[in-house]
Amino acid sequence: MKKEYGIVIVSHVPEVAQGIPKLLEQVAKNVSITFAGGTDDNEIGTSANKIMEAFESNEAKKLLAFYDLGSAKMNLELAMEMSEKKVNLYDTALVEGAYTAATLLEADVLLKDIEQQLEALKIK
Amino acid sequence: MLTVEIVNKWMELFYEKISEKKAYLSELDTPIGDGDHGNNMMRGMQGVKDGLEKLENPDLKETFKAIAMALISKVGGAAGPLYGTAFLEMAKNCEESQAPADLFRYALDGIKKRGGASVGDKTLVDVWTPVVDNLGKDELVVEVVQKAAEGTKNLVAKKGRASYLGERSAGHLDPGAVSSCYLFESFIEAGGIK
Repeated sequence: MKKEYGIVIVSHVPEVAQGIPKLLEQVAKNVSITFAGGTDDNEIGTSANKIMEAFESNEAKKLLAFYDLGSAKMNLELAMEMSEKKVNLYDTALVEGAYTAATLLEADVLLKDIEQQLEALKIK
Repeated sequence: MLTVEIVNKWMELFYEKISEKKAYLSELDTPIGDGDHGNNMMRGMQGVKDGLEKLENPDLKETFKAIAMALISKVGGAAGPLYGTAFLEMAKNCEESQAPADLFRYALDGIKKRGGASVGDKTLVDVWTPVVDNLGKDELVVEVVQKAAEGTKNLVAKKGRASYLGERSAGHLDPGAVSSCYLFESFIEAGGIK
């Protein structure tokens, strides 16, 4: 049984987006983690369509989203406006923020307490 | 008043300008960004051209929406969601008013909300803002647009990839401001303010 909250990783680089879940899965086997990396043609950039797919394919209905740079946030927000799912977006350092959230979700920590811990990792 | 015909002509002219200037736009983006603005905009405008060709007897709303969706899905860089949002806002509001002064105001508000930039941050907002202000006073001419784009040269970037350079971003034109300049030159040439 997967956890109530899932995680979505968005990066400009397909390999970065693909790689981070591997790190998180080590500590969060029961958290659904999906990712969106690069443009539709797998070039460097981000894609609102790919982000939508990452939202939809995530097993959870409530999501915590983490991203790398500027346009990733804009495309995330566009995808959030199109999605039915409840998505929370965090302006934290990507790897550290996502890792912290994964660890705490696996340990059934409440979202408000997770968010408090993420606050310290906010850099954007 | 904007019509489907004018918007099609506008996009055709913008496509041509981007084709001509894509190397220059990427060159502008190299010292203060990731060097791909020209190629990104070209990919986006190719998408716009293909998207508009597929429409059959579209109304203004469908036309704006097709432009927005092509830019959002094809551009890749920050320009995609920003220009895409601008056209999406025009699609949302074009039943209420077809006046460019109104529609560009909605578009500008959308861009500011999406990117969080204000005037003086060295972004396309520095071109869109005087365009909207001058349209409101019926004083929009090409020189106003060009001067606004040139004005980004001495600014220090507060938003976008150039902001990572801090003070070092001054002395370079903002690529997004320059592509916006082409957008409004095309708009004027297409007869948008007649």
